[in-house]
Amino acid sequence: MYEKNGEKYFIVDAHIALWDGRASNQKNIHGKQFIDCFYDYHKNLSPEEVVWDYDTYTYYGGQRLLKDLFEDGYVDHAIFQPAILSDFYVNGFGQTEDALALTRANPGKLTYNHAWDPRHAEAGLEQLRKDAARMNLQGVKLYTAEWYGDSRGWKLDDPWSRRYLEECLELGIKNIHVHKGPTIRPLDRDSFDVADIDKVATDYTELNFIVEHVGLPRLEDFCWIATQEPNVYGGLAVAMPFIHTRPGYFAQIIGELLYWIGEDRILFSSDYALWTPKWLVEAFVDFQIPAELTEYAPITVEQKKKILGLNAAALYGLDVPEELRLPAGTVSREEAVAS
Amino acid sequence: MIAVATSLQSAVVAALATVVDPELDQPITDLGFVRSIRIDPTGVTVHLRLPTSFCAPNFAYLMASDAVDALRRVPEVGKVTVLLDDHHDSDKINAGLAADAGYVGTFGSEAEQDLDELRRIFQRKAHTAAMERSVMALLRSTGTTVEQLPGLTLGQLPGGSHKEALLRRRTAIGLGIRPDDLVLVGDDGVPVPAEAIPMRLRFAKAVRISVEGNAHFCRGLLATRYDNEPGGLITDTRRTT
Repeated sequence: MYEKNGEKYFIVDAHIALWDGRASNQKNIHGKQFIDCFYDYHKNLSPEEVVWDYDTYTYYGGQRLLKDLFEDGYVDHAIFQPAILSDFYVNGFGQTEDALALTRANPGKLTYNHAWDPRHAEAGLEQLRKDAARMNLQGVKLYTAEWYGDSRGWKLDDPWSRRYLEECLELGIKNIHVHKGPTIRPLDRDSFDVADIDKVATDYTELNFIVEHVGLPRLEDFCWIATQEPNVYGGLAVAMPFIHTRPGYFAQIIGELLYWIGEDRILFSSDYALWTPKWLVEAFVDFQIPAELTEYAPITVEQKKKILGLNAAALYGLDVPEELRLPAGTVSREEAVAS
Repeated sequence: MIAVATSLQSAVVAALATVVDPELDQPITDLGFVRSIRIDPTGVTVHLRLPTSFCAPNFAYLMASDAVDALRRVPEVGKVTVLLDDHHDSDKINAGLAADAGYVGTFGSEAEQDLDELRRIFQRKAHTAAMERSVMALLRSTGTTVEQLPGLTLGQLPGGSHKEALLRRRTAIGLGIRPDDLVLVGDDGVPVPAEAIPMRLRFAKAVRISVEGNAHFCRGLLATRYDNEPGGLITDTRRTT
């Protein structure tokens, strides 16, 4: 919980990781290149006083995570969104068992989402059923650009992917987080293309599709799709830290998102440990759209409360203390439309 | 800016300045992607660099091969060598460039078709963003209203950098640049219906913000990655002045 000027905010960090990028876990040069690239993101977009040293960054462990999120970072609840990257790391990049153990040891504070890859076909479906039971899955994190043998990526509307989505429906896994990221190897098409989300969001209306990084660097394509598909959400991972380095650009991103998809479908996250939540939460609560951007309305306290936690709490059925909810009688835009 | 001392140096830099990052819609010389230029009696060697090891290899290849093509058009340049540094696919891309293998030839079974369609996607985005910049500048600086936009022609746009940029991008996607050509057209040249103009401009704005934001991000990452090491250092052993 974060409190400022008499307002209390319930904080859900909707995208965190517990990774091991140390040399001892790197399978090949790409493992090093990957964590180095993350570290450059971290260094470039963090305020100087919160930049970590490289060794800490490659591996920080569960206790550090708990401190950064829950002791220092105002976070009430956080959701693991792992990137497995088994072609780059001996024991994977995201540390599944450690994250799961941490989740069990801190009931009510952490949610563990896992991953699936439709290229594992039938065997992967069986694994998904087992994972769903063992990990109590409510969501998954999908990474469509990951290597797998000769394949350089996949699409959500591929036939096998559809079977996995149908299995998610069966298993009650409702939140499908999708990372649209750089391909590691060339594809002829644009690897950030979000068009496949449009197709599956139309076909599986009971699933929620949370597009991480709000589709950046294809913000406009994401917004366009999200306006037409009510079950598409935008995760602010990677977009958040612009609030420090590029506040004008951050204002435009938020202004565009509020215009196109509205305040009920935007989710805060620090993308820990790319960045840490403390300074992001503080900055976002203090943030205002600059007056010179006259085309956007000022952002309200209520909108900030939704973005910082209430929207994610609704998706994951989290219990929000009475005093941190919006006052009774406040209806969201969509509820207002529906009623 | 890259400092030049001879006409060959300036011709080489000018050639590189025609190479654009398709996604950011800015010249690689402005973005700092040109790491070094070496001119010797037999030719020119250019090293390129990118903000991360994982910048999409298709775009990386596109810029590097465009640089080769642009440099080869410089008179008296000699042998052209372009090398991409510090990329996860540097070896493969550099070997492909040296052998003139083309994109498909360079990446073999990993590539299915050439990059023309990918390039067109971003040329269309660049046109959309340039159109928005021109129209918004007009709305801000003159009494023109949104209602007057349906008949707006290129000839009615004030001259300047926005208009020049728009004309270049229209040319790139095959649209006309005559003074009586309409400004508000789709990527296919079909006029945007009057009632659709406000939404078209609104979407175009999102496109522009996206493109500009990516450029901010990439510039910042490049500076961090190379610890603010300036690019564009020229060494010239052919210099006669």
